[in-house]
Amino acid sequence: MPDTILVVVEQREGKLNRVSWETITAGQAIAATTGWTLEAAVVGASVSALAAEVAAKKVAKVYTVESPKLEPYTPDAFAAALKQFLTTKQPKLVLMPHTYQVRDFVPKLATAMGRTVISDCIGFKHEGGKLLFTRQMFQGKFAADVSFASDAPWFVTFQNGAFRGDKAEAAACAAPVEAVSIEIADGVIRNKPQEVFKEAKQAVDLTQAEIIVSVGRGIKEQKNIEMVKQLAEALGGELAASRPICDSGWLPMDRQIGSSGQTVAPKLYLALGISGAIQHIVGMKGSRAIIAVNKDSEAPIFEIADYAVVGNLFDIVPPLIEEVKKAKAGS
Amino acid sequence: MKILVCMKQVPQKDAPLKLNETAAWIRDDVSYEVNEPDAFALEESLRQKEKHGGEVVVITSGPARSQQVLREALAKGADRAIHLEDNAFVGLDAFNTAKAFAAAIKDEKFDLIFTGLQSDDYGYAQTGVILAELLGWPHATIIMQIEKTDTGIRVKRELEAGFFQFVDMPLPAVLTIQSGINKLRYATLIGIKQAKNKPIRKVPLAEVQSAIGGNLQKIERLYVPQKTKKTEHIEGTPNEIAKKLVDKLRNELRVL
Repeated sequence: MPDTILVVVEQREGKLNRVSWETITAGQAIAATTGWTLEAAVVGASVSALAAEVAAKKVAKVYTVESPKLEPYTPDAFAAALKQFLTTKQPKLVLMPHTYQVRDFVPKLATAMGRTVISDCIGFKHEGGKLLFTRQMFQGKFAADVSFASDAPWFVTFQNGAFRGDKAEAAACAAPVEAVSIEIADGVIRNKPQEVFKEAKQAVDLTQAEIIVSVGRGIKEQKNIEMVKQLAEALGGELAASRPICDSGWLPMDRQIGSSGQTVAPKLYLALGISGAIQHIVGMKGSRAIIAVNKDSEAPIFEIADYAVVGNLFDIVPPLIEEVKKAKAGS
Repeated sequence: MKILVCMKQVPQKDAPLKLNETAAWIRDDVSYEVNEPDAFALEESLRQKEKHGGEVVVITSGPARSQQVLREALAKGADRAIHLEDNAFVGLDAFNTAKAFAAAIKDEKFDLIFTGLQSDDYGYAQTGVILAELLGWPHATIIMQIEKTDTGIRVKRELEAGFFQFVDMPLPAVLTIQSGINKLRYATLIGIKQAKNKPIRKVPLAEVQSAIGGNLQKIERLYVPQKTKKTEHIEGTPNEIAKKLVDKLRNELRVL
Protein backbone atom coordinates (compact mmCIF):
# COMPACT_ATOMS: atom_id res chain seq x y z
CA MET A 1 0.00 0.00 0.00
CA PRO A 2 1.46 3.36 -0.94
CA ASP A 3 1.97 5.91 1.80
CA THR A 4 -0.65 8.59 2.35
CA ILE A 5 -0.42 12.35 2.31
CA LEU A 6 -3.19 13.93 4.35
CA VAL A 7 -4.14 17.58 3.82
CA VAL A 8 -6.02 19.02 6.78
CA VAL A 9 -7.99 21.96 5.43
CA GLU A 10 -9.10 24.90 7.54
CA GLN A 11 -12.60 26.16 8.10
CA ARG A 12 -14.17 28.76 10.34
CA GLU A 13 -17.87 28.99 11.05
CA GLY A 14 -18.77 26.77 8.14
CA LYS A 15 -16.59 28.49 5.53
CA LEU A 16 -13.46 26.98 4.05
CA ASN A 17 -10.34 29.12 4.41
CA ARG A 18 -9.29 29.66 0.77
CA VAL A 19 -5.65 29.11 1.61
CA SER A 20 -6.59 25.42 1.99
CA TRP A 21 -6.67 25.13 -1.82
CA GLU A 22 -2.98 26.04 -1.82
CA THR A 23 -2.31 23.12 0.53
CA ILE A 24 -4.26 20.80 -1.78
CA THR A 25 -2.07 21.99 -4.69
CA ALA A 26 1.00 21.24 -2.57
CA GLY A 27 -0.34 17.81 -1.68
CA GLN A 28 -1.05 17.04 -5.34
CA ALA A 29 2.48 18.08 -6.30
CA ILE A 30 4.08 15.90 -3.61
CA ALA A 31 1.81 12.98 -4.52
CA ALA A 32 2.84 13.30 -8.16
CA THR A 33 6.52 13.24 -7.22
CA THR A 34 6.42 10.45 -4.64
CA GLY A 35 3.58 8.30 -5.95
CA TRP A 36 1.86 8.50 -2.57
CA THR A 37 -1.91 8.70 -2.18
CA LEU A 38 -3.47 12.09 -1.45
CA GLU A 39 -6.36 12.40 0.99
CA ALA A 40 -7.92 15.32 2.82
CA ALA A 41 -9.68 15.93 6.11
CA VAL A 42 -12.06 18.61 7.36
CA VAL A 43 -12.26 19.12 11.11
CA GLY A 44 -15.24 20.64 12.90
CA ALA A 45 -18.66 20.09 14.41
CA SER A 46 -20.63 19.53 11.23
CA VAL A 47 -18.55 19.76 8.08
CA SER A 48 -20.05 17.48 5.44
CA ALA A 49 -20.93 20.40 3.14
CA LEU A 50 -17.31 21.55 3.26
CA ALA A 51 -16.10 18.01 2.69
CA ALA A 52 -18.16 17.91 -0.50
CA GLU A 53 -16.36 21.07 -1.68
CA VAL A 54 -13.00 19.45 -1.03
CA ALA A 55 -14.12 16.20 -2.68
CA ALA A 56 -14.51 18.09 -5.95
CA LYS A 57 -10.71 18.33 -6.09
CA LYS A 58 -8.51 15.48 -7.22
CA VAL A 59 -7.99 13.61 -3.97
CA ALA A 60 -8.51 9.92 -3.24
CA LYS A 61 -10.80 10.46 -0.25
CA VAL A 62 -12.07 13.15 2.11
CA TYR A 63 -12.67 12.57 5.82
CA THR A 64 -14.98 14.55 8.06
CA VAL A 65 -13.45 14.55 11.54
CA GLU A 66 -16.39 15.60 13.66
CA SER A 67 -17.43 16.26 17.23
CA PRO A 68 -19.71 18.97 18.62
CA LYS A 69 -16.79 19.89 20.88
CA LEU A 70 -14.77 21.02 17.85
CA GLU A 71 -16.86 24.18 17.58
CA PRO A 72 -15.65 26.76 18.51
CA TYR A 73 -12.01 26.09 17.74
CA THR A 74 -9.77 25.32 20.72
CA PRO A 75 -6.26 23.86 20.58
CA ASP A 76 -7.16 21.18 23.14
CA ALA A 77 -10.07 19.88 21.05
CA PHE A 78 -8.28 20.03 17.71
CA ALA A 79 -5.14 18.35 19.03
CA ALA A 80 -7.14 15.63 20.76
CA ALA A 81 -9.38 14.97 17.74
CA LEU A 82 -6.55 14.86 15.22
CA LYS A 83 -4.36 12.74 17.49
CA GLN A 84 -7.20 10.18 17.66
CA PHE A 85 -7.71 10.26 13.90
CA LEU A 86 -4.04 10.21 12.92
CA THR A 87 -3.17 7.41 15.32
CA THR A 88 -5.70 5.21 13.52
CA LYS A 89 -5.06 6.48 10.01
CA GLN A 90 -1.24 6.67 10.18
CA PRO A 91 -0.56 8.92 7.19
CA LYS A 92 3.07 9.41 6.21
CA LEU A 93 2.79 13.15 5.72
CA VAL A 94 0.29 15.66 7.14
CA LEU A 95 0.05 19.03 5.38
CA MET A 96 -1.60 22.20 6.65
CA PRO A 97 -1.54 25.87 5.71
CA HIS A 98 0.61 27.99 8.06
CA THR A 99 -2.32 29.96 9.42
CA TYR A 100 -2.59 31.50 12.90
CA GLN A 101 -4.97 28.70 13.87
CA VAL A 102 -2.68 25.93 12.65
CA ARG A 103 0.25 27.53 14.52
CA ASP A 104 -1.92 27.44 17.62
CA PHE A 105 -2.42 23.67 17.66
CA VAL A 106 -0.15 21.73 15.31
CA PRO A 107 3.00 21.91 17.50
CA LYS A 108 0.84 20.64 20.37
CA LEU A 109 -0.57 17.82 18.24
CA ALA A 110 2.86 16.77 17.00
CA THR A 111 4.36 16.84 20.49
CA ALA A 112 1.47 14.77 21.86
CA MET A 113 2.32 12.18 19.22
CA GLY A 114 6.08 12.42 19.84
CA ARG A 115 6.58 13.94 16.40
CA THR A 116 7.73 17.22 14.87
CA VAL A 117 6.54 19.99 12.54
CA ILE A 118 8.56 21.66 9.81
CA SER A 119 6.66 24.91 9.66
CA ASP A 120 6.22 27.83 7.27
CA CYS A 121 7.68 26.01 4.27
CA ILE A 122 7.84 27.60 0.85
CA GLY A 123 8.45 24.47 -1.19
CA PHE A 124 9.71 20.92 -1.26
CA LYS A 125 12.32 18.80 -3.02
CA HIS A 126 12.48 15.08 -3.68
CA GLU A 127 16.14 14.06 -3.86
CA GLY A 128 17.35 10.48 -3.92
CA GLY A 129 14.01 9.26 -2.60
CA LYS A 130 14.17 11.71 0.33
CA LEU A 131 11.69 14.51 0.91
CA LEU A 132 13.17 17.88 1.84
CA PHE A 133 11.15 20.90 2.83
CA THR A 134 12.43 24.37 2.04
CA ARG A 135 11.90 27.22 4.43
CA GLN A 136 13.24 30.71 4.96
CA MET A 137 15.59 31.46 7.82
CA PHE A 138 16.93 34.70 9.29
CA GLN A 139 13.98 36.67 7.92
CA GLY A 140 14.59 35.46 4.39
CA LYS A 141 18.34 36.03 4.22
CA PHE A 142 18.90 32.28 3.85
CA ALA A 143 16.91 29.26 2.78
CA ALA A 144 17.11 25.87 4.49
CA ASP A 145 16.27 22.42 3.17
CA VAL A 146 15.01 20.42 6.13
CA SER A 147 14.41 16.68 6.41
CA PHE A 148 12.60 14.54 8.97
CA ALA A 149 14.68 12.38 11.30
CA SER A 150 11.60 10.96 13.02
CA ASP A 151 8.99 8.33 12.26
CA ALA A 152 5.77 9.23 10.48
CA PRO A 153 3.46 11.02 10.65
CA TRP A 154 5.51 13.96 9.45
CA PHE A 155 3.88 17.38 9.91
CA VAL A 156 4.49 20.23 7.45
CA THR A 157 2.87 23.65 7.21
CA PHE A 158 3.10 25.75 4.04
CA GLN A 159 3.39 29.53 3.90
CA ASN A 160 0.56 31.56 2.34
CA GLY A 161 1.24 31.96 -1.34
CA ALA A 162 3.84 29.18 -1.55
CA PHE A 163 1.49 27.31 -3.86
CA ARG A 164 -1.32 28.53 -6.10
CA GLY A 165 -4.80 27.74 -4.86
CA ASP A 166 -6.19 28.12 -8.37
CA LYS A 167 -3.89 25.36 -9.56
CA ALA A 168 -5.54 22.72 -7.37
CA GLU A 169 -6.60 20.08 -9.88
CA ALA A 170 -10.30 19.29 -10.00
CA ALA A 171 -11.52 15.72 -9.89
CA ALA A 172 -13.19 13.96 -12.80
CA CYS A 173 -15.76 12.76 -10.30
CA ALA A 174 -16.22 13.54 -6.62
CA ALA A 175 -14.03 11.68 -4.14
CA PRO A 176 -15.73 9.47 -1.54
CA VAL A 177 -16.36 11.12 1.81
CA GLU A 178 -15.87 9.10 4.98
CA ALA A 179 -17.26 10.26 8.33
CA VAL A 180 -15.04 9.88 11.36
CA SER A 181 -16.65 10.40 14.73
CA ILE A 182 -14.43 11.66 17.52
CA GLU A 183 -14.85 11.33 21.26
CA ILE A 184 -13.50 14.21 23.32
CA ALA A 185 -13.73 13.56 27.05
CA ASP A 186 -14.99 16.13 29.55
CA GLY A 187 -12.24 18.29 30.96
CA VAL A 188 -10.02 18.08 27.88
CA ILE A 189 -10.96 21.57 26.70
CA ARG A 190 -9.60 24.19 29.06
CA ASN A 191 -9.89 27.42 27.04
CA LYS A 192 -13.19 29.27 26.71
CA PRO A 193 -13.10 31.31 23.52
CA GLN A 194 -15.49 34.22 22.91
CA GLU A 195 -16.83 35.51 19.59
CA VAL A 196 -14.32 36.49 16.91
CA PHE A 197 -14.55 40.20 16.14
CA LYS A 198 -12.95 42.88 14.00
CA GLU A 199 -11.48 45.73 15.97
CA ALA A 200 -10.99 48.71 13.69
CA LYS A 201 -13.94 49.79 11.67
CA GLN A 202 -12.18 49.30 8.39
CA ALA A 203 -12.05 52.73 6.82
CA VAL A 204 -10.00 51.62 3.84
CA ASP A 205 -10.01 48.35 1.93
CA LEU A 206 -6.45 48.15 0.71
CA THR A 207 -7.24 45.05 -1.33
CA GLN A 208 -9.06 47.33 -3.79
CA ALA A 209 -6.20 49.79 -4.24
CA GLU A 210 -4.34 49.69 -7.57
CA ILE A 211 -1.35 51.56 -6.18
CA ILE A 212 -0.05 51.20 -2.65
CA VAL A 213 2.74 53.27 -1.10
CA SER A 214 3.92 51.47 2.01
CA VAL A 215 6.28 52.56 4.79
CA GLY A 216 8.41 50.62 7.21
CA ARG A 217 10.78 51.39 10.02
CA GLY A 218 13.08 53.25 7.66
CA ILE A 219 10.70 56.21 7.94
CA LYS A 220 12.26 56.77 11.39
CA GLU A 221 9.74 59.25 12.81
CA GLN A 222 6.01 59.78 12.67
CA LYS A 223 6.32 63.26 11.18
CA ASN A 224 8.09 61.84 8.12
CA ILE A 225 4.96 59.96 7.11
CA GLU A 226 3.53 63.25 5.83
CA MET A 227 6.05 63.19 2.98
CA VAL A 228 5.02 59.65 2.00
CA LYS A 229 1.36 60.64 2.19
CA GLN A 230 2.09 63.33 -0.42
CA LEU A 231 3.69 60.72 -2.67
CA ALA A 232 0.68 58.44 -2.30
CA GLU A 233 -1.64 61.32 -3.16
CA ALA A 234 0.48 62.34 -6.15
CA LEU A 235 0.31 58.78 -7.46
CA GLY A 236 -3.37 58.39 -6.70
CA GLY A 237 -2.57 55.50 -4.41
CA GLU A 238 -3.27 54.37 -0.85
CA LEU A 239 -0.95 54.64 2.11
CA ALA A 240 -0.02 51.42 3.94
CA ALA A 241 2.57 50.23 6.43
CA SER A 242 4.40 47.34 7.97
CA ARG A 243 3.43 46.23 11.46
CA PRO A 244 5.86 48.26 13.61
CA ILE A 245 4.49 51.52 12.16
CA CYS A 246 0.95 50.55 13.15
CA ASP A 247 2.03 49.19 16.55
CA SER A 248 3.54 52.62 17.27
CA GLY A 249 0.24 54.24 16.34
CA TRP A 250 1.80 56.25 13.48
CA LEU A 251 -0.80 54.83 11.11
CA PRO A 252 -4.06 53.08 12.01
CA MET A 253 -4.22 49.28 12.13
CA ASP A 254 -6.33 49.08 8.98
CA ARG A 255 -3.31 50.31 7.01
CA GLN A 256 -1.25 47.28 8.07
CA ILE A 257 -0.03 44.88 5.38
CA GLY A 258 1.15 41.45 6.41
CA SER A 259 0.14 38.22 8.09
CA SER A 260 -1.80 40.06 10.78
CA GLY A 261 -3.14 42.78 8.51
CA GLN A 262 -4.31 42.83 4.94
CA THR A 263 -3.02 40.77 2.05
CA VAL A 264 -2.84 42.81 -1.15
CA ALA A 265 -1.92 42.29 -4.79
CA PRO A 266 -2.03 45.77 -6.38
CA LYS A 267 -0.70 46.83 -9.77
CA LEU A 268 2.10 48.64 -7.98
CA TYR A 269 3.49 48.23 -4.47
CA LEU A 270 6.04 50.85 -3.52
CA ALA A 271 7.93 49.74 -0.38
CA LEU A 272 9.77 52.57 1.36
CA GLY A 273 12.16 51.77 4.20
CA ILE A 274 10.74 48.26 4.53
CA SER A 275 13.31 45.55 5.15
CA GLY A 276 11.15 42.68 3.96
CA ALA A 277 10.46 40.58 7.05
CA ILE A 278 8.58 37.42 6.17
CA GLN A 279 5.47 38.48 8.11
CA HIS A 280 5.23 41.54 5.85
CA ILE A 281 6.20 39.93 2.53
CA VAL A 282 3.50 37.32 2.94
CA GLY A 283 0.95 40.13 2.67
CA MET A 284 2.23 41.73 -0.56
CA LYS A 285 4.38 39.29 -2.55
CA GLY A 286 1.54 38.80 -5.01
CA SER A 287 1.75 42.42 -6.15
CA ARG A 288 2.12 42.75 -9.91
CA ALA A 289 5.03 45.16 -9.64
CA ILE A 290 7.15 45.92 -6.60
CA ILE A 291 9.48 48.91 -6.27
CA ALA A 292 11.63 48.90 -3.14
CA VAL A 293 13.66 51.73 -1.67
CA ASN A 294 15.99 50.82 1.19
CA LYS A 295 19.46 51.94 2.18
CA ASP A 296 20.51 48.37 3.02
CA SER A 297 21.51 46.55 -0.16
CA GLU A 298 21.07 43.20 1.66
CA ALA A 299 17.48 43.88 2.71
CA PRO A 300 15.33 40.81 1.90
CA ILE A 301 12.74 43.06 0.19
CA PHE A 302 15.11 43.25 -2.79
CA GLU A 303 14.64 39.49 -3.36
CA ILE A 304 11.13 40.13 -4.58
CA ALA A 305 11.46 43.64 -6.01
CA ASP A 306 11.06 44.27 -9.71
CA TYR A 307 12.84 47.59 -9.34
CA ALA A 308 15.39 48.22 -6.63
CA VAL A 309 16.66 51.55 -5.35
CA VAL A 310 19.45 51.14 -2.83
CA GLY A 311 19.46 54.54 -1.24
CA ASN A 312 18.10 56.89 1.35
CA LEU A 313 14.36 57.32 1.00
CA PHE A 314 14.57 60.87 2.40
CA ASP A 315 16.76 61.81 -0.58
CA ILE A 316 14.61 60.00 -3.11
CA VAL A 317 11.00 60.64 -2.17
CA PRO A 318 10.95 64.49 -2.50
CA PRO A 319 12.26 64.55 -6.11
CA LEU A 320 10.03 61.56 -6.87
CA ILE A 321 6.96 63.51 -5.74
CA GLU A 322 7.99 66.37 -8.03
CA GLU A 323 8.56 64.14 -11.03
CA VAL A 324 5.25 62.35 -10.52
CA LYS A 325 3.40 65.67 -10.30
CA LYS A 326 5.18 66.89 -13.44
CA ALA A 327 4.31 63.72 -15.32
CA LYS A 328 0.65 63.94 -14.32
CA ALA A 329 0.43 67.64 -15.15
CA GLY A 330 2.20 67.16 -18.49
CA SER A 331 -0.13 64.40 -19.69
CA MET B 1 2.03 36.25 39.77
CA LYS B 2 5.14 34.22 39.15
CA ILE B 3 6.05 34.58 35.47
CA LEU B 4 8.76 32.88 33.42
CA VAL B 5 9.83 34.61 30.22
CA CYS B 6 11.66 32.48 27.65
CA MET B 7 14.05 34.66 25.70
CA LYS B 8 16.33 34.07 22.74
CA GLN B 9 19.40 35.85 21.44
CA VAL B 10 19.41 36.21 17.67
CA PRO B 11 21.69 37.94 15.14
CA GLN B 12 21.00 41.68 14.91
CA LYS B 13 18.39 42.59 12.32
CA ASP B 14 20.73 44.25 9.88
CA ALA B 15 23.82 42.20 10.69
CA PRO B 16 25.50 40.89 7.53
CA LEU B 17 25.29 37.10 7.82
CA LYS B 18 27.62 34.59 6.20
CA LEU B 19 27.40 30.82 5.96
CA ASN B 20 30.00 28.82 7.87
CA GLU B 21 32.42 26.41 6.17
CA THR B 22 30.04 23.44 6.18
CA ALA B 23 27.03 25.60 5.16
CA ALA B 24 25.16 23.98 8.02
CA TRP B 25 24.81 27.22 9.96
CA ILE B 26 25.91 30.86 9.94
CA ARG B 27 29.25 32.18 11.08
CA ASP B 28 29.13 33.26 14.70
CA ASP B 29 31.11 36.49 14.33
CA VAL B 30 28.15 38.85 14.11
CA SER B 31 26.43 41.18 16.53
CA TYR B 32 23.52 39.77 18.50
CA GLU B 33 20.42 41.19 20.10
CA VAL B 34 17.32 39.95 21.89
CA ASN B 35 14.65 38.40 19.68
CA GLU B 36 12.20 41.27 19.36
CA PRO B 37 8.98 39.40 20.23
CA ASP B 38 10.72 38.13 23.39
CA ALA B 39 11.44 41.73 24.39
CA PHE B 40 7.70 42.40 24.17
CA ALA B 41 7.04 39.27 26.22
CA LEU B 42 9.44 40.51 28.91
CA GLU B 43 7.83 43.96 28.92
CA GLU B 44 4.41 42.35 29.36
CA SER B 45 5.64 40.27 32.29
CA LEU B 46 7.07 43.36 33.99
CA ARG B 47 3.77 45.20 33.56
CA GLN B 48 1.86 42.24 35.02
CA LYS B 49 4.24 42.21 37.98
CA GLU B 50 3.76 45.94 38.48
CA LYS B 51 0.00 45.44 38.49
CA HIS B 52 -0.33 42.24 40.51
CA GLY B 53 2.96 41.76 42.33
CA GLY B 54 5.01 38.61 42.09
CA GLU B 55 8.22 37.64 40.38
CA VAL B 56 9.62 37.66 36.86
CA VAL B 57 12.22 35.04 35.97
CA VAL B 58 13.94 34.99 32.58
CA ILE B 59 15.47 31.96 30.91
CA THR B 60 17.56 31.43 27.82
CA SER B 61 19.63 28.66 26.28
CA GLY B 62 22.80 29.22 24.29
CA PRO B 63 26.48 29.98 24.47
CA ALA B 64 28.08 32.42 26.90
CA ARG B 65 27.23 35.44 24.73
CA SER B 66 23.50 34.83 25.23
CA GLN B 67 23.84 35.87 28.85
CA GLN B 68 23.64 39.44 27.54
CA VAL B 69 19.92 38.95 26.91
CA LEU B 70 19.44 37.93 30.55
CA ARG B 71 21.50 40.85 31.88
CA GLU B 72 19.39 43.30 29.91
CA ALA B 73 16.22 41.68 31.20
CA LEU B 74 17.43 41.90 34.79
CA ALA B 75 18.33 45.55 34.21
CA LYS B 76 14.79 46.21 33.00
CA GLY B 77 13.31 44.68 36.15
CA ALA B 78 13.33 40.89 36.00
CA ASP B 79 14.15 39.35 39.39
CA ARG B 80 16.38 36.45 38.49
CA ALA B 81 17.63 34.50 35.51
CA ILE B 82 18.32 30.94 34.39
CA HIS B 83 20.98 30.32 31.75
CA LEU B 84 21.24 26.95 30.03
CA GLU B 85 24.76 27.63 28.93
CA ASP B 86 26.39 25.51 26.23
CA ASN B 87 27.16 25.90 22.53
CA ALA B 88 25.26 22.66 21.98
CA PHE B 89 21.95 24.36 22.77
CA VAL B 90 22.17 26.33 19.52
CA GLY B 91 21.70 23.21 17.43
CA LEU B 92 18.68 21.84 19.27
CA ASP B 93 15.32 21.80 17.51
CA ALA B 94 12.27 23.40 19.14
CA PHE B 95 11.16 20.10 20.67
CA ASN B 96 14.48 19.61 22.45
CA THR B 97 14.73 23.25 23.48
CA ALA B 98 11.31 23.00 25.09
CA LYS B 99 12.31 19.75 26.81
CA ALA B 100 15.49 21.36 28.15
CA PHE B 101 13.51 24.32 29.51
CA ALA B 102 10.92 22.02 31.10
CA ALA B 103 13.71 20.08 32.81
CA ALA B 104 15.43 23.25 34.03
CA ILE B 105 12.25 24.59 35.67
CA LYS B 106 10.90 21.35 37.12
CA ASP B 107 11.25 22.52 40.71
CA GLU B 108 9.64 25.92 40.11
CA LYS B 109 5.95 26.83 40.35
CA PHE B 110 5.15 29.41 37.72
CA ASP B 111 1.65 30.82 37.09
CA LEU B 112 2.48 31.96 33.59
CA ILE B 113 5.12 31.24 31.00
CA PHE B 114 5.61 33.71 28.16
CA THR B 115 7.53 33.28 24.93
CA GLY B 116 7.69 35.59 21.95
CA LEU B 117 5.39 34.31 19.21
CA GLN B 118 8.36 33.28 17.07
CA SER B 119 12.07 33.88 16.66
CA ASP B 120 13.63 36.06 13.99
CA ASP B 121 16.25 33.44 13.11
CA TYR B 122 14.24 30.20 12.78
CA GLY B 123 10.75 31.66 12.58
CA TYR B 124 9.14 28.34 13.63
CA ALA B 125 6.69 29.69 16.20
CA GLN B 126 6.66 26.37 18.07
CA THR B 127 8.69 26.36 21.28
CA GLY B 128 6.00 27.91 23.50
CA VAL B 129 3.25 25.60 22.25
CA ILE B 130 5.47 22.54 22.62
CA LEU B 131 6.40 23.59 26.15
CA ALA B 132 2.71 23.89 27.09
CA GLU B 133 2.04 20.35 25.86
CA LEU B 134 5.09 18.97 27.71
CA LEU B 135 3.92 20.63 30.95
CA GLY B 136 0.29 19.64 30.39
CA TRP B 137 -0.77 23.31 30.57
CA PRO B 138 -3.35 25.19 28.48
CA HIS B 139 -1.91 27.75 26.07
CA ALA B 140 -2.84 30.52 23.67
CA THR B 141 -0.78 32.13 20.92
CA ILE B 142 -0.22 35.53 19.33
CA ILE B 143 -1.49 37.39 22.36
CA MET B 144 -2.12 41.13 22.39
CA GLN B 145 -3.63 41.60 25.84
CA ILE B 146 -3.70 39.81 29.20
CA GLU B 147 -6.05 40.49 32.09
CA LYS B 148 -6.36 38.71 35.40
CA THR B 149 -9.80 37.28 36.20
CA ASP B 150 -11.32 35.35 39.10
CA THR B 151 -10.89 32.08 37.25
CA GLY B 152 -7.49 32.74 35.72
CA ILE B 153 -6.85 35.10 32.83
CA ARG B 154 -8.62 36.59 29.85
CA VAL B 155 -6.36 37.01 26.83
CA LYS B 156 -6.85 38.68 23.46
CA ARG B 157 -5.73 36.49 20.58
CA GLU B 158 -4.77 38.12 17.32
CA LEU B 159 -6.14 36.43 14.21
CA GLU B 160 -5.50 37.24 10.56
CA ALA B 161 -6.94 40.18 8.61
CA GLY B 162 -7.59 42.41 11.60
CA PHE B 163 -9.71 39.93 13.57
CA PHE B 164 -9.32 39.26 17.30
CA GLN B 165 -10.77 36.92 19.91
CA PHE B 166 -10.95 36.96 23.69
CA VAL B 167 -10.28 33.65 25.44
CA ASP B 168 -10.78 32.82 29.12
CA MET B 169 -8.17 30.45 30.48
CA PRO B 170 -7.24 28.88 33.80
CA LEU B 171 -3.77 29.16 35.30
CA PRO B 172 -1.07 28.03 34.98
CA ALA B 173 -0.80 28.67 31.26
CA VAL B 174 1.69 29.34 28.46
CA LEU B 175 1.20 32.37 26.23
CA THR B 176 3.10 33.35 23.08
CA ILE B 177 3.25 37.11 22.85
CA GLN B 178 2.80 39.24 19.72
CA SER B 179 5.03 42.22 18.94
CA GLY B 180 3.35 45.52 19.60
CA ILE B 181 1.37 44.33 22.64
CA ASN B 182 2.96 47.18 24.57
CA LYS B 183 5.76 49.76 24.33
CA LEU B 184 9.19 48.58 25.37
CA ARG B 185 10.88 50.31 28.29
CA TYR B 186 14.56 51.21 28.46
CA ALA B 187 16.70 49.92 31.32
CA THR B 188 17.44 52.74 33.77
CA LEU B 189 20.90 53.36 35.20
CA ILE B 190 19.64 52.21 38.59
CA GLY B 191 18.24 49.10 36.97
CA ILE B 192 21.54 48.30 35.31
CA LYS B 193 23.30 48.73 38.65
CA GLN B 194 20.81 46.56 40.51
CA ALA B 195 21.05 43.86 37.86
CA LYS B 196 24.62 43.11 38.89
CA ASN B 197 23.35 41.68 42.18
CA LYS B 198 20.52 39.62 40.77
CA PRO B 199 21.14 35.86 40.57
CA ILE B 200 21.77 34.05 37.30
CA ARG B 201 21.50 30.32 37.79
CA LYS B 202 23.70 28.42 35.35
CA VAL B 203 22.36 25.11 34.09
CA PRO B 204 24.98 23.02 32.30
CA LEU B 205 24.02 20.71 29.45
CA ALA B 206 24.70 17.69 31.68
CA GLU B 207 21.87 18.69 34.00
CA VAL B 208 19.22 18.46 31.27
CA GLN B 209 20.92 15.92 29.02
CA SER B 210 18.67 13.05 30.08
CA ALA B 211 15.59 15.06 29.11
CA ILE B 212 16.63 15.72 25.53
CA GLY B 213 17.11 13.33 22.66
CA GLY B 214 18.20 13.47 19.04
CA ASN B 215 16.64 16.18 16.91
CA LEU B 216 13.52 15.00 15.08
CA GLN B 217 14.35 17.12 12.06
CA LYS B 218 17.57 18.12 10.37
CA ILE B 219 18.72 21.15 8.42
CA GLU B 220 20.41 19.41 5.50
CA ARG B 221 21.77 22.64 4.07
CA LEU B 222 21.55 26.39 4.42
CA TYR B 223 22.05 28.56 1.35
CA VAL B 224 21.49 31.94 -0.17
CA PRO B 225 18.06 31.72 -1.77
CA GLN B 226 17.99 31.45 -5.51
CA LYS B 227 16.40 34.52 -6.88
CA THR B 228 13.47 33.82 -9.12
CA LYS B 229 12.68 37.47 -9.68
CA LYS B 230 14.60 39.61 -12.13
CA THR B 231 15.37 42.83 -10.30
CA GLU B 232 16.35 45.96 -12.16
CA HIS B 233 18.50 48.34 -10.12
CA ILE B 234 17.75 52.00 -10.59
CA GLU B 235 20.86 54.09 -9.98
CA GLY B 236 22.16 57.64 -10.16
CA THR B 237 21.59 60.83 -8.24
CA PRO B 238 18.26 61.14 -6.43
CA ASN B 239 16.96 63.37 -9.24
CA GLU B 240 18.07 60.86 -11.88
CA ILE B 241 16.49 58.01 -9.93
CA ALA B 242 13.24 59.95 -9.62
CA LYS B 243 13.15 60.56 -13.38
CA LYS B 244 13.96 56.91 -14.17
CA LEU B 245 11.27 55.69 -11.79
CA VAL B 246 8.64 57.94 -13.33
CA ASP B 247 9.69 56.65 -16.73
CA LYS B 248 9.11 53.07 -15.51
CA LEU B 249 5.80 53.98 -13.91
CA ARG B 250 4.58 55.54 -17.10
CA ASN B 251 5.99 53.33 -19.84
CA GLU B 252 6.51 49.91 -18.27
CA LEU B 253 4.02 49.70 -15.43
CA ARG B 254 1.48 52.06 -17.03
CA VAL B 255 0.25 53.47 -13.75
CA LEU B 256 0.84 57.12 -14.66
